[in-house]
Amino acid sequence: MTGGLLRLLTRRRGGRGWHWTDVASYAYLALGVLLMFGPVLWLVLSSFKTPSALLEFPPSLLPMAQAEVRVEGYPQPLPLFTVTMEDGSVRELAQVRRIGIAAQMVDPKEPAKTIRVPVDRRTPVRHLAFAVGNYTDPLTQFDFLRYLRNSLVVTVVATLITLLINSMAAYALSVYEFRGKSLAMLGVIGTLMIPITIILAPVYLVVTKLGFVDSLWAVILPGAATPTGVFLLRQYMLTIPRDLIEAARMDKASEWRIYARIVMPLSLPALAVLAIFSVMWRWNEFLWPLAVLTKTEVHTLPIALNAFQGELQTQWHYLLAMTVVTLLPVALVFAFLQRFITSGIANTGMK
Amino acid sequence: MTDMMRSPEAAARRPAGLVAGGVQAVMRLTDPPMRALQRLIGAARMPYVFLLPNLVFFGLFVFLPIAINIVFSVTGGTALYPAERPYVGAEQYARLLDCGSYLDPGSCREDLFWRGVWNTLTFTVFQMVAMVLFSLGTALVLNRPIRARGFFRAVYFFPVLLSPVVVALIWKWILQRDGLLNAALTMAGGQKILFFVDPGWAMFWSVFVSVWAHMGFYTLILLAGLQAIPRDVYEAAEMDGTRPWRVFHRITLPLLWPNLLVVLVLVLIRSVQVFDEVFVLTGGGPGTATLMIVQYIYTTAFANQVQNFGLAGAASVLLGAVLFILTMIQLFLTRRRSR
Repeated sequence: MTGGLLRLLTRRRGGRGWHWTDVASYAYLALGVLLMFGPVLWLVLSSFKTPSALLEFPPSLLPMAQAEVRVEGYPQPLPLFTVTMEDGSVRELAQVRRIGIAAQMVDPKEPAKTIRVPVDRRTPVRHLAFAVGNYTDPLTQFDFLRYLRNSLVVTVVATLITLLINSMAAYALSVYEFRGKSLAMLGVIGTLMIPITIILAPVYLVVTKLGFVDSLWAVILPGAATPTGVFLLRQYMLTIPRDLIEAARMDKASEWRIYARIVMPLSLPALAVLAIFSVMWRWNEFLWPLAVLTKTEVHTLPIALNAFQGELQTQWHYLLAMTVVTLLPVALVFAFLQRFITSGIANTGMK
Repeated sequence: MTDMMRSPEAAARRPAGLVAGGVQAVMRLTDPPMRALQRLIGAARMPYVFLLPNLVFFGLFVFLPIAINIVFSVTGGTALYPAERPYVGAEQYARLLDCGSYLDPGSCREDLFWRGVWNTLTFTVFQMVAMVLFSLGTALVLNRPIRARGFFRAVYFFPVLLSPVVVALIWKWILQRDGLLNAALTMAGGQKILFFVDPGWAMFWSVFVSVWAHMGFYTLILLAGLQAIPRDVYEAAEMDGTRPWRVFHRITLPLLWPNLLVVLVLVLIRSVQVFDEVFVLTGGGPGTATLMIVQYIYTTAFANQVQNFGLAGAASVLLGAVLFILTMIQLFLTRRRSR
């Protein structure tokens, strides 16, 4: 028994048929799927529910809404119920109003006659309904498109700057020998130890001095040079054959041309990994934008979401929909580049 | 026919080609001025030109801020500009460290700082244990000959990419008073639990949500380590009839140990700086039950009525010192691993 349990912890050679440890493994993985995917699925399902459906307890699994019918003589659409009549027959009736424990109801086919029914004899008629308004209303009610645009601008511009300046530094540190090289390396390693969490206030001061407060540059610039980016690219560039560079020099290519036309194209795989990381960092960045972006016009999506969850305590339907929209680009990137990302992380050990 | 079959791939390559073409065009434009620059200063000085942008960024946004931070920590007042701040010596540090007993935050002058320290310590200890157990367990299962390994690996990994705000909101929605978990509890015959009103539960879910969000990353590192262990070592052990526990204890664990150490130190470094998920999930509450050091620093410098950059600076310097030591350990370990 314990031997079997312990076998779970070790590599087993395949082709021996089903041992109970295999069953345990798949059970663990199935539980994992439930625990990892379940919450996101629940978020997506909930985001399509109407505010009243969100208030239900216990909640229904799928977004349901009560059916309504238009009945002649009543200006408002009326909610539809299935009613068990006193003689045991079952009818579909629309409710006009509720008075205490009785409900005044009407048959849509005979609008003139009202029927009194005890409330415990009726159950609402429900059907699957997606409250798309949760997604479309925020577009007009809040500046949701602006936050989306801000996040996109920050992500794209910051990633381009990161790729450019980090590849330049990596090129200098991988191809050349020059005075001060080890000092520069030490400086890059040094920045590895200084996360922005511990220099929030002074970076805020620098950004203020540069006049970037409450502009997107305040978020884009401070994280643009990253030591991990320099290391990743330098490691890759070291593998480029020196002969190639020497040959280009023989052909009178300038140093910039060698960087731009030879080293950069050859470093594309490493650049792609850094680009993916940078997009992830920027799209998800929270603490620094929270500190530096005080005006709502420049809020990025995570900051806006955080502000909403403070202000819209009762409006979960909007909050959930906006959360889904924030999640969507990352989910798409992941769906297409999953293998690439996981192997990139496994090889570099960073994120 | 072959064209048709290749077309989706080609379509995917087209935007990439467009981007590459754009980059090439920009590079062609920048070539003449850079060539002129090289003629002016000589090829030997070109490396400095390549280094310059990065060094300017590091200088402006890392090195200069470190210096300013130290200045902040030894000055007082509410002014943002160092020149306008009166020198107070070690007063900010003294204020932070002024405690009746370090074990009891209530006896400290800056009790919130010490609550942050103790909460962060509690969080870190539970987070390290849970993270290592779950990511190691998952890596071991994923390393077995299972079907659809890529899919299962992706399942555990995808939350790593999610924004911490999104992660926190997903769980806040599940854990709220009338949420999914309380519905399940009442259906099972239990009582609703107000998770964010109870300090113990708030801390539990802070750890749980962080593990949920990040375990995929550490699982990947450990899985890479497991797969690097040569198969024949196991085959030899199996031929000798070594018992499974012994194989795990004597082969897997020692050979995985370098990766495991790196994971431990990485979790430690990240836990000490925890902020995003916990802040959105609990807001540091109930009361101060999940207030972490970084939240204390952020609040002291930015969110309070009176912005106290001096106190925040002093706390940052202390946190920075801890992180410096931890990162040195990590560099030492990774260097030993790569050797």
